[in-house]
Amino acid sequence: MTQDLRYSALKKTPFHSRTSLASRTNKYYNWNGYTVPTEYSTTELEYTAARNGTSVMDLTPMGKYEIIGDHAHQFVDYLVTRDLSKMKDNTVAYIIWCNEDGKVIDDGTIFKFSSTKFMLCCAVKIYNWLNDSAYGFDVTITDVTDTIAALAIQGPTSCSTLKKFGATDLETLKPFEMREYKIDGFDILISRTGFTGDLGYELWTEPKNAETTWDNIEIAGKELKLRPFGMYALEMTRIEAGFIQTNTDFMAAEDSLRPTRMRSPYEIGMGWLVHLNKNSYFVGKKALKKEKEENTTERCLVGLDIDGDKPAHGSVIYNSKKEDIGIVTAALWSPIMKKNIALASLKRPYGIKIKENIFAEIYHPEELEYRKIWARCKVVKRQFFNPERRNKVPADLYE
Amino acid sequence: MPKNTHDVIVVGAGHNGLTAASYMAKAGLDVVVLEKNDWIGGAAVSRELYPGWKYSNCSYVCSLLRPEIMRDLELYKYGLQIIPYEGSATMMKNGDYYTHYHDHDMTINSIRRHSHKDAEAYERYSRDVLRQCKIIKPLLKMTPPDLTSFKPKDLFGALEFAKHFAAKDELGGLGEKEIYDTIRFYTMSIRDYLEEYFESEITKAHLAGSAIIGTALGPCSPGSAYVLLHHYMGEVDGSVGSWGYARGGMGSITQAMMGCLKDHGGEVKPSSEVTNVITKNGKAIGVATQNGDEYYAKKIVSNLDVKRTFLEITEEKDLPDDFVRSVKNFKIRGSSGKLNIALDGLPEFPCIPEGDPGGGGDMHFTETIEEMEGAYDDWKRGEWSRNPYVDMCIPSKSDPTMAEPGKHYMSVFIQYVPFNLANGGWNEERKQEFGRHIVDCIAEFSPNFKDLINHYEVRTPLELENEVGLTEGNIFQGELTMDQLMFNRPVPGYAQYRTPLKNMYMCSSSTHPGGGVMGAPGANAAREVLLDMNVPQKGNYY
Repeated sequence: MTQDLRYSALKKTPFHSRTSLASRTNKYYNWNGYTVPTEYSTTELEYTAARNGTSVMDLTPMGKYEIIGDHAHQFVDYLVTRDLSKMKDNTVAYIIWCNEDGKVIDDGTIFKFSSTKFMLCCAVKIYNWLNDSAYGFDVTITDVTDTIAALAIQGPTSCSTLKKFGATDLETLKPFEMREYKIDGFDILISRTGFTGDLGYELWTEPKNAETTWDNIEIAGKELKLRPFGMYALEMTRIEAGFIQTNTDFMAAEDSLRPTRMRSPYEIGMGWLVHLNKNSYFVGKKALKKEKEENTTERCLVGLDIDGDKPAHGSVIYNSKKEDIGIVTAALWSPIMKKNIALASLKRPYGIKIKENIFAEIYHPEELEYRKIWARCKVVKRQFFNPERRNKVPADLYE
Repeated sequence: MPKNTHDVIVVGAGHNGLTAASYMAKAGLDVVVLEKNDWIGGAAVSRELYPGWKYSNCSYVCSLLRPEIMRDLELYKYGLQIIPYEGSATMMKNGDYYTHYHDHDMTINSIRRHSHKDAEAYERYSRDVLRQCKIIKPLLKMTPPDLTSFKPKDLFGALEFAKHFAAKDELGGLGEKEIYDTIRFYTMSIRDYLEEYFESEITKAHLAGSAIIGTALGPCSPGSAYVLLHHYMGEVDGSVGSWGYARGGMGSITQAMMGCLKDHGGEVKPSSEVTNVITKNGKAIGVATQNGDEYYAKKIVSNLDVKRTFLEITEEKDLPDDFVRSVKNFKIRGSSGKLNIALDGLPEFPCIPEGDPGGGGDMHFTETIEEMEGAYDDWKRGEWSRNPYVDMCIPSKSDPTMAEPGKHYMSVFIQYVPFNLANGGWNEERKQEFGRHIVDCIAEFSPNFKDLINHYEVRTPLELENEVGLTEGNIFQGELTMDQLMFNRPVPGYAQYRTPLKNMYMCSSSTHPGGGVMGAPGANAAREVLLDMNVPQKGNYY
C-alpha cells in the first residue's frame, strides 16, 4: 500500500481504486494533499442521496491526530475552548481551538476512547501546533491521517445501510457517541457524527480494510438509495446545516497573512463553544475573557434568507444607506428548502441588533453579461436545515 | 342546523385549493376547506391500497409546482422533498434503447448513437424550447389581463404580458424573430415542430411523448407542441424541464400544504361534499354539503373544475346565459388511464443495461410518432389504444419510503383511454380487461414483470371523474389549447379567477395557467381574493 511519494504531487487514499471506479466524470481535487472526487456523476443527485438515501464519502484526507498519554485528557481540555472535563469515554465532541490571542485556528471533532487516548479530526494540518502546545504534558501525538481510512455514511437510510453492513443495534447509538465493531473480521469504529446536518455516521478503520469495506457498504446500501458523494455535494449539505468551513467562512489564525482577518470564536458564531468559566486554563482564555468583558467583538457570522433564487456567491452586503457592512462567505439555492440561503460575515451591530433592511448585491452571470440584483436579506439562524431524524434515538430504520 | 361562518370557504382539497387556502390563512384569514372524499389531496395523493406499498394514485411526478410556493408555504417543514429523476428511456423492439440523462452531455452522447445530426440538433432544440420556457415563466404567476377592458389594471397587465413576448433582452423579453417562433410553437403540432430539428424516428418519438401526456390531442394535432412546453416549463432547482418524485408520493405535496394551512389556523373538513352554493341577491354567501351542513363565508373559492363548479354546484339561474353556454362548451376530454402496481422485486428491462441511469426515471416503448398517432386513432373510435403510449416509472428506485427495501412501486400512465368507451361504456370487466392489456404490453419488454406483480390498481377516466372529481377524467381540468389558455381560460371574460357570481372565485386548473401539479392557479386566485378583501399579501410568489 505504501506509495512512492518522491515525485508525486498528490497521494491516493486507500479507497482510490473504488472512488475512481465510481467516478463517471473524472473530476478530482486536492484535499490536504490527496486526490479525491469533487463529483462522481451529478452533484444534484449526490446531494439528493444525502437527504433521501445514503451518501458515502471518502474522508481519509481529513487531518487525524492521535493523542495518547497520562495527560491526554488535561492536554485536550487545555487545547480547546470548550469544557471537556466531564467528557465521557466513547463519545465525540465538536470543538474549536484558538491561539494565544483568542483567534480561531480551526474547528474539528475530538474522539475520547479513554482519559489517556483521544483522536482529533480537523481540516487543517496541526501536527506542529499540537506538539508545540503539548509542552509540559505527558502526551505523545501521532499524525494518523495516513494510517486510518475514513468514510462518511450520511443520510436518512444510513443507519439501515450500516446495519445491513453488519453494525448490529446501530440505531441505539446516540449523536456524538461512538462504538467499536468487529465486522467481517475487521475492527471498525463507527461514530454518529458528520458534516451534513442529517442522520449520519463516520466509519474509521485500517487502510488494508478499505476496499472490502467500501464494497460491502455498497452492497448493503443497494436497496437503500446509496450513492458516492463528492465534495461539491458536501458543500451544499454543510451550508444547509450551517456548519462553518475553515478558510472559507473565516481565515484560520495560523493561515491569515493579514492579522485583521483573524477571527475570535464570537465573530464566527462559535461563542457557545467558549467556556470561560472552565476551571482550568485554555489557550486563548485571557484574550477571550477580555474581549467578552470589554465587548470588543467586531463581527458576526450569520445566516441569511435572501429574496429571489439566484445564489449570492461572494456578494457584498449593504445596509439601506448602501454602506458596505459585510460579505457572503458561502451561498446556495437550497434544494430541500427551496430557499436562497447564505452565510455572511457582518460588521456588528448588523446581524446582531440590526436584522432588517439588509441587502445583498448579487451579480448573476447571464451568457457573458452580469445581471445585477439588489436582493433583500433576512438574518436567520445559521442552522437552516435541522431535521428531527438527525438526533432521533433510536435512529430511523428502513426495513 | 349549525351555522358555520368563516372568512373564506374553499371547495375541494386538491393542491390548488390547499395552495389558495394556505396563502389566505397565512394572510390572516379564517379559512375552511371542504373535501368530498374522506382523504384529502384531489389528484395529488399517496394511498396504501395494498399493505406495504404506497401508490401515487393519480399524478405521479413533480416539476411544475412553483418553487416560490414551496418556499412561501415552507412545505419542506411539513415533509415535502423533491427527488430529481436520473434519466428517461425509450425501449425498442430490436433490443436497443434511447436515453436522456440528468447530465446534458451524457444525453448528447446517447442521442449520437442514433443520429449524429440529431445529437447536435438537440442543442439547438433545447435552446429554442428553453427560450419559450423563459417567456412563459413570468406569465404563470400573472393574472391574465382582460384585453377588452380599459381599467388601468388591465391596461398595465396587457402591457406587462406583451412585454414578455415583445420586449428586447434588457427588459427580459426576446426579439422579433422569437415572437414569430412563439406563435408558431403555440399553434403547431409536435410532429411538425420536431421534424424541423430531427431525423431519427426514435428521437422524435421520445421527445413527442411530453406533448401528448394528458391531452386529447394526437402528435399530429395542431396545438400539441404547446402541451410539450407545458410539461417542459417546470423545473427542479433551476434545472428547467427536469422532473422529480415527491418523496413519499404525490400525497406529500398536499399533506405538506395541509400542514402549513393548519399551522396558520386553517381547517380542512373531509367527507364534506359541497352540493350547492347558497346565493342571496346574486351573491354567493355560503355552501351546503351532502351531510346537511351549511357554511357561510365572505368569499367562496372553488377548486372544482369549471364545469362542476357552474353546472353542478351552482344554479344556472344565478349565472348569465352566455357564461353557462361557454362553460358547457369548455373542452375537457378524458384521454388517460393509469396502473399502479405493487411489485415484489425490480422488474428487468433487458433493453436498458443494468445500472444505466436512463432507467431511473420515465420509461416508454413507443418508437415512432406514427405509432403514437395510431394510438390516438383508437381513442377517437372510443377504444383504448391497442398499442398505447405509456409513461412508466418506478419511484421506489429513488424513493426509500414507497415500499420496503427490495420491493417496488411502479406507476404506469397510459395514453390514450377514452371516457366514453364504445360499445356500452366502462364496467368492472372491461376495466380489468384494459388493465390486463397494459400488463401484457409491458411484459413484452420485461420477462419477469408479470411474476413480480402483487397487486395493481386500474384507473380509467371514469374513475378519475367519480373519485377525484375531474370531469371526464381530464387531468388538466380542461384541454391546454390556445382557445382555452391565458385570457381565454377557462372562458373569455372570466380569466381573472372571479366569476359572474359576486364573492365566488375559481382556483382550479381550469383557470390560468392550467393543469399539472403547479399550484399557480391556487396562488393566483388567492392573490385576487386578498386584493378584493384589502388584505396585504406577502411572500416570494407575489
